[in-house]
Amino acid sequence: MSSARLIRFVLKPAVCAASLGPLGVLVFGAFTGGLGANPIEAITHGTGDWTLRFLLLTLAVTPLRTLTRWNPLVRFRRMFGLFAFFYASLHLLTYVWLDKFFSWREIARDIPRRPFITMGFLAFVVLVPLAATSTAGMIRRMGGRAWRRLHRLVYLSAIAGVVHYWWLVKADVSRPRLYAMALAVLLGSRLFVAYRKAGGVTSPVRPRASISATR
Amino acid sequence: MLIRPATEIPSSEITDERVYVRRREFLQACGLAAVGLAASPIAVNAQAAARPRKLENVARGPFGTTEALTPYENVATYNNFYEFGTDKSSPAMTAGSLKTRPWTVKVDGECDRPADYDIDDFIKPHTLEERVYRMRCVEGWSMVIPWVGIPLGDVLKRFEPTSRAKFVEFTTLRDTRQMPGQRSSVLDWPYVEGLRLDEAMHPLTILAVGLYGAVLPNQNGAPLRLVVPWKYGFKGIKSIVRIRFVDRQPVGAWERQSSSEYGFYSNVNPQVDHPRWSQASERRLGEFFKRKTLMFNGYGDQVAGMYAGMDLRKNF
Repeated sequence: MSSARLIRFVLKPAVCAASLGPLGVLVFGAFTGGLGANPIEAITHGTGDWTLRFLLLTLAVTPLRTLTRWNPLVRFRRMFGLFAFFYASLHLLTYVWLDKFFSWREIARDIPRRPFITMGFLAFVVLVPLAATSTAGMIRRMGGRAWRRLHRLVYLSAIAGVVHYWWLVKADVSRPRLYAMALAVLLGSRLFVAYRKAGGVTSPVRPRASISATR
Repeated sequence: MLIRPATEIPSSEITDERVYVRRREFLQACGLAAVGLAASPIAVNAQAAARPRKLENVARGPFGTTEALTPYENVATYNNFYEFGTDKSSPAMTAGSLKTRPWTVKVDGECDRPADYDIDDFIKPHTLEERVYRMRCVEGWSMVIPWVGIPLGDVLKRFEPTSRAKFVEFTTLRDTRQMPGQRSSVLDWPYVEGLRLDEAMHPLTILAVGLYGAVLPNQNGAPLRLVVPWKYGFKGIKSIVRIRFVDRQPVGAWERQSSSEYGFYSNVNPQVDHPRWSQASERRLGEFFKRKTLMFNGYGDQVAGMYAGMDLRKNF
């Protein structure tokens, strides 16, 4: 089997199935009492956690590809990004349905008033156009340059997502801190590459122009 | 015409008032017993084995509720007890490291009888009472818990507080070996909580030593914890080693951590939001829909008078 076929018919389906695992665990737990005393809280936290994990995984693809020089990695990036959107949608649905019971008035009041919800909502909204333009056809229609520029919004979504988590915990920020550190490494690696490509010049204009070239 | 006196009802026929008041629970219990008989005895034994020792001579206390009790398994596995980790499931798994005997409670401050008490001597003079209370956590969930405890007011009177005693301050054990969560600095250890003296003396306020008729599990604050049902759950300080009468308002651990979010009073109040989330509703564990949160957690008839004239938005 050629490596392209291996990726397409074995690795991708396997990774896709594994990515559905967290959902499986939540659904199985919900029906068997495996989610503890407060299952709805477990679902809220579970879907939120996996959104952040898939966002970080998506952002890890490019640096890992550079490090390992294994280019086929990039073929998993869209899938990870779409799973981030998938879990983000479930997370939002949990809030809208199981927390607010579709009380749009309350939701509309919450979003501007509760900073952590503002951040979470921003993180989600920003992902919508990215998911909508994730097909090969959309990339062709938009043109690579415009598409890449738009998809840089993923950085904003990841930052907003981590801030959302940080702002909601009561006292123990150790877990949001882990996510923040991972995100800092992933974003930092991009700045580093951009800086190097720009020949080490610290001009504020040139590194920015070269970020798109490295994606 | 001869007027006969009404036939006297023999006292043995009169339903005890306590039973009468709790008739629904009595019927429920009968139903449960029937189900229990049908169920496998092995399952029943396994459940009994998991629970701590039963407490003897527990009287039914006042202020009960007929709301459905939160199952023991949930009360004993869903705990905010940061001394044993910040996950709600971790205290049940790790609190075994806490040694609740021997245990000393130090009583000091503005009182005439300060002393160090052995926990059993501390409890012995009092009758254990079962108190079924709602518990509302500041995070927005709630339970109904059958505590076993002693009225704090009766306990405090024994120590003869002086006229300078205006508040009572409670302190949790500090021992990083028994309480591994204290190695992390999420809170400024040891955990401290306080009540105004009249709140502490209020008949609703108890020191709990048990749960569901059995000894309090470590993760629920053994051997001695405070229960103040009209306040948010974090006021219910666990594993108490010190009770101090003071003339100044104590600063609780959460108030110290974030005074804009957690006030001294922390009375359950659906109108005063936590700065980051609404307190208007709550999720009763085991229920799908949320409930409206009640003022003073439904104990307004008993406690509202203590706060008459106070701005509860300011004194949150």
